[in-house]
Amino acid sequence: MTKAAKEKLAFQLLTIASVMVLIPTVGIIVYIVIKGLPAINWSFLTEPPRNMMTEGGIYPAIMGTLYLVLGTIAIALPLGVGAAIYLNEYAGTSRMRRLVHLAIVNLAGVPSVVYGLFGLGFFVIVLGFGRSLIAGSLTLAIMILPVIITTTEEALKSVPNSYREASLALGATKWQTVRNAVLPSATPGIITGTILGIGRAAGETAPILFTVAAFYLPSIPKSIFDQAMALPYHLYILVTEVPNVPEETKFGTALVLLTLVVGLNLVAVLIRTRTRRRSY
Amino acid sequence: MSRADKIDVKNLSVYYGNDPAVKNISILIPEKKATALIGPSGCGKSTFLRTINRMNDLIPGARIEGNVLVDGQDIYDPKADVVEIRTRVGMVFQRPNPFPKSIFENVAYGPRRHGNNRKADLEEIVEKSLTEAALWGEVKDRLNDFALDLSGGQQQRLCIARALAIQPEVLLMDEPASALDPISTAKVEDLIDELKKDYTIVIVTHNMQQAARVSDKTAFFLSGELIEFDETSKIFTNPQDKRTEDYITGRFG
Repeated sequence: MTKAAKEKLAFQLLTIASVMVLIPTVGIIVYIVIKGLPAINWSFLTEPPRNMMTEGGIYPAIMGTLYLVLGTIAIALPLGVGAAIYLNEYAGTSRMRRLVHLAIVNLAGVPSVVYGLFGLGFFVIVLGFGRSLIAGSLTLAIMILPVIITTTEEALKSVPNSYREASLALGATKWQTVRNAVLPSATPGIITGTILGIGRAAGETAPILFTVAAFYLPSIPKSIFDQAMALPYHLYILVTEVPNVPEETKFGTALVLLTLVVGLNLVAVLIRTRTRRRSY
Repeated sequence: MSRADKIDVKNLSVYYGNDPAVKNISILIPEKKATALIGPSGCGKSTFLRTINRMNDLIPGARIEGNVLVDGQDIYDPKADVVEIRTRVGMVFQRPNPFPKSIFENVAYGPRRHGNNRKADLEEIVEKSLTEAALWGEVKDRLNDFALDLSGGQQQRLCIARALAIQPEVLLMDEPASALDPISTAKVEDLIDELKKDYTIVIVTHNMQQAARVSDKTAFFLSGELIEFDETSKIFTNPQDKRTEDYITGRFG
């Protein structure tokens, strides 16, 4: 085969590969939208399920997921960003840093159902939170910590060292330097990581299965120790546990969940590209 | 040390790991004069410069022996306050490194960190510092513009203004014009000439003409050692050491 022919073949194979990647992504979205769109209307989004979930809407599940996401972020963001700042700005090349890094890498590789079991054992039973928003949020927070820590660390690493030097040379303390010269430049990256984490937290079923999710709870939770419905778990029971649920209700629920997660990812992408244009 | 000496360095050695980058240097740097540090790349002049405001502290594995006295106070004394030292000894870096903030906020950065947040005070400091750095006329109508949109030369003068805003006594400059075009370089050199009336300036430069133009005294470094230190006019017309002569006449380096 000539060089030119090899070049052409490689080009074609790589093109095919990228198209093949595109097909399932587009396929899933188109399929869910077509099947789910007929179910979407105002009452579907604002009413609780009725009549053994065969009628009504998914409002409590939407709100439950929203609360869970808020709780998760409230816990994971300060913890994750704090840890990342410590690791990147303060820890140097110490043994502590390597140890924490090892922990993070391992944490990222743990299957989500294991987080669920841990949450059940530790937060629900040992700490006595019961199945509750707080137990679910803590479990989800631990799950997305690696995402937030690694993206925050990347964001901090991408801040030029010259900013730190300039700040320190002006007699700023280390913390003033982090706070005023480093964090402002790293914020877009931190936000991106947080949103990716939110997307994951909103979509996972296994971690909330044993820690917070209610099968049917038409009211909205009033305290962090209440149980809540959640979109992924609600979808799971609609499909597997409840008979006679109309197809469009299932796909409508899937569409709402998908929109939420894809929407969050899109926001992350937008923030990233916008800041890339602004910084050079 | 006479009253005219600002910085007194005694038997200073700096090690990165086990290798000395600066070997047993003693030097007296005069107040309100410009002192140039010249020498080939890797001769230790930048390392030496960064010991004067303890910026070498930031490099892992860096270690010093000897003493550096600023106004008679040992800045490496364990009780010395490094933040206070860097407030007195400012620094301008090789590449302009303004923060990605407005022109105003760049200059106000130092004063704000030292607790001055009054708008009227800051406005006054910003105008004064930018004027001292010969940049006020060019930017006075656009103080809220993004600092990184300025030209390289303007950015460097902004960094000088930023350093001046906390009213240091000493200004360290690490090849401040090496990343600039000739016109911007000339402006920075004029500025140094002006600033040395009020500040003690220590400038590292690769450019022999620059050292001759702006400095009152010149130190020649080679392989981490201080070879010769004297009046600039003397170094360039009548060097005592053969190696100094070889370097300034361009025989090596």
